[in-house]
Amino acid sequence: MAFAHSLGGTRHIFDDLRMLLARATPLRSGDALAGVAAGSAAERVAAQHALADLPLAHFLTEAVIPYEACDVTRLILDGHDAIAFARVSHLTVGGLRDFLLAEDDVAGLGLTPEMVAAVSKIMRVSDLIAVGAKPRVVTRFRNTLGGAATLAIRLQPNHPTDDARGVAASVLDGLLLGAGDACIGVNPATDNIETVMRLLEMLDMIRQRFAIPTQCCVLSHVTTTMLAIQRGAPVDLVFQSIGGTQALNESFGVSLALLAEARDAAQSRHPGANVMYFETGQGSALSAGAHHGVDQQTLECRAYAVARRFEPLLVNSVVGFIGPEYLYDGKQIFRAGLEDHMCGKLLGLPMGVDVCYTNHAEADQDDMDALLTCLAVAGVNYIMGVPGADDVMLAYQSTSFHDGMFARAATGKRPAPEFEAWMARMGIGGDAMPEALSPALIGL
Amino acid sequence: MARVALGRVGTAQPTAAHLAFQAAHAQARDAVWAQAVLSGDVMVHSQARDRREYLLRPDLGRLLAPGTALPACPGALVVVVADGLCAAGVAAQAPALIAALRPLTPLPIGPVVVASQARVALGDAVGAAMGARAVAVLIGERPGLSAQDSMGIYLTWAPVVGRTDAERNCISNIRPGGLSAEAAAAKLAWLLRAAMGLCATGVGLKDDMPAASLAMPAAPAGPAELLP
Repeated sequence: MAFAHSLGGTRHIFDDLRMLLARATPLRSGDALAGVAAGSAAERVAAQHALADLPLAHFLTEAVIPYEACDVTRLILDGHDAIAFARVSHLTVGGLRDFLLAEDDVAGLGLTPEMVAAVSKIMRVSDLIAVGAKPRVVTRFRNTLGGAATLAIRLQPNHPTDDARGVAASVLDGLLLGAGDACIGVNPATDNIETVMRLLEMLDMIRQRFAIPTQCCVLSHVTTTMLAIQRGAPVDLVFQSIGGTQALNESFGVSLALLAEARDAAQSRHPGANVMYFETGQGSALSAGAHHGVDQQTLECRAYAVARRFEPLLVNSVVGFIGPEYLYDGKQIFRAGLEDHMCGKLLGLPMGVDVCYTNHAEADQDDMDALLTCLAVAGVNYIMGVPGADDVMLAYQSTSFHDGMFARAATGKRPAPEFEAWMARMGIGGDAMPEALSPALIGL
Repeated sequence: MARVALGRVGTAQPTAAHLAFQAAHAQARDAVWAQAVLSGDVMVHSQARDRREYLLRPDLGRLLAPGTALPACPGALVVVVADGLCAAGVAAQAPALIAALRPLTPLPIGPVVVASQARVALGDAVGAAMGARAVAVLIGERPGLSAQDSMGIYLTWAPVVGRTDAERNCISNIRPGGLSAEAAAAKLAWLLRAAMGLCATGVGLKDDMPAASLAMPAAPAGPAELLP
């Protein structure tokens, strides 16, 4: 079905929903790279007008990627909750924006990823913050994440050679600065099963030695984690990068069935807990040639439909990691981070954001400070904590332990309650090294 | 070296730590744009004409420039030395890696191909054109704050245009202070032998090489966004 809108005497025509969504998207380099971006500022706003007039019900009749061609489309349409949707089924996309800004309770509306992507495209930054702050998504493992007063931090102690003492030193540094409640999660430099198992055992040893109410994760490929479970390693969370198309997930070496199998394996060890941890990011589908001509922000929202299926403890967009060909500069990264957070929350996810950039993007610490502050105001579930903001393994910049302290202090947020009580018991927060956290206790 | 034990002023980093970070970021930004002389037997260029186009158009960095001629060397391991996001990194690490690989490789090594403005997947086009059994792309890794001289290796069995990242194995952080060229060459030879047994690389090739220590990086390529 074609759509049209006239602006300043020019009639802009959009062939189908996929094209309309792409043309309506605020400018980013990845959509230009894919050849789907609006050709002018006027065309973009015309598309936003046409999109605002589109009834939400239309999204249930026109898929951006054919039902037959993609299991993510089937997941979205087959799993659509028509009863929940009844509350907003009479609205247009523009009407949904007004509804989301006016109402207090905006959780569980039966929205599809494409509807959520659409409404975000006609929102300003302040809208993304205001609406993103409304849904609370609470998840549980050894602590409770997502409460209204909580801003959690994933402690990310990566090391370029997976050196155990190096990882342990970063873990200790982070714990002393209040990080680690979301999880203690290492990106291994290697997918070697022995190394992954050794890291899992070391993190579990630290957690048990200090009786930390948190969960650990080594972010290896899901098949490696499943092998580690089979071999008896202490696996808490199953990690996997995922995306919004079947073809992208295949390029990651995963399928919906494989993810379900992994979740079952982890839940057999931890019944009743949220055991999955997913990372996503705008542009990954295009990077893998798996985008089907759909804009990157809509595809990001479709990834959230995959995540939602597995009731994860943690989901975060690694927003600035992918590089300037997808998000060119600080302005594009900033908006994308706030879009990802709000869209994830509206789709019911415990959304965190890795506030980050690479050295080949036109971005710097000032841009990250702005995004971090806005996300904290928007009630982001968690952020990353990396020593000095410098990830020495992945070669990019994320938020530091200090940044986490700043964001909590600036917005009156606190660590997860169980973790905060543990910090108080250990005497963390003053200037001195707490005796109970002696580095010698973990072999440092 | 991780930036641990920085101290704090209120919730911020002390001035010295803050400015040290700013200095490292400035050097890393400059390293992305710097050029270096790479040595090899055959020179090729991608379709990206300059660094700016390379950064904005990764698709062009995966395609060989029109009219590229390459020698056939069927059955060989083709080694591609690619600038990637840090030409100085691959210039510094590739010669020692290739020298260490020669006595260990289970496959004959073909002519060394130098590729400019190149992405990892350019190796598929090079390897296919040369009839290679496998291609190892030695490529400059995105400069970080503490390392602006790091190289990665992406090994792909039976290279053809269109291979996905899940079909490669990766060895990363090859540099002084990271993984040594000798250890990386040993890992590459091990992966190559395993690939010959499986007739495949990627997530199907589990890195089960006994870890003498924890210092043995080699991961499936995994998330596409990780690739230079």
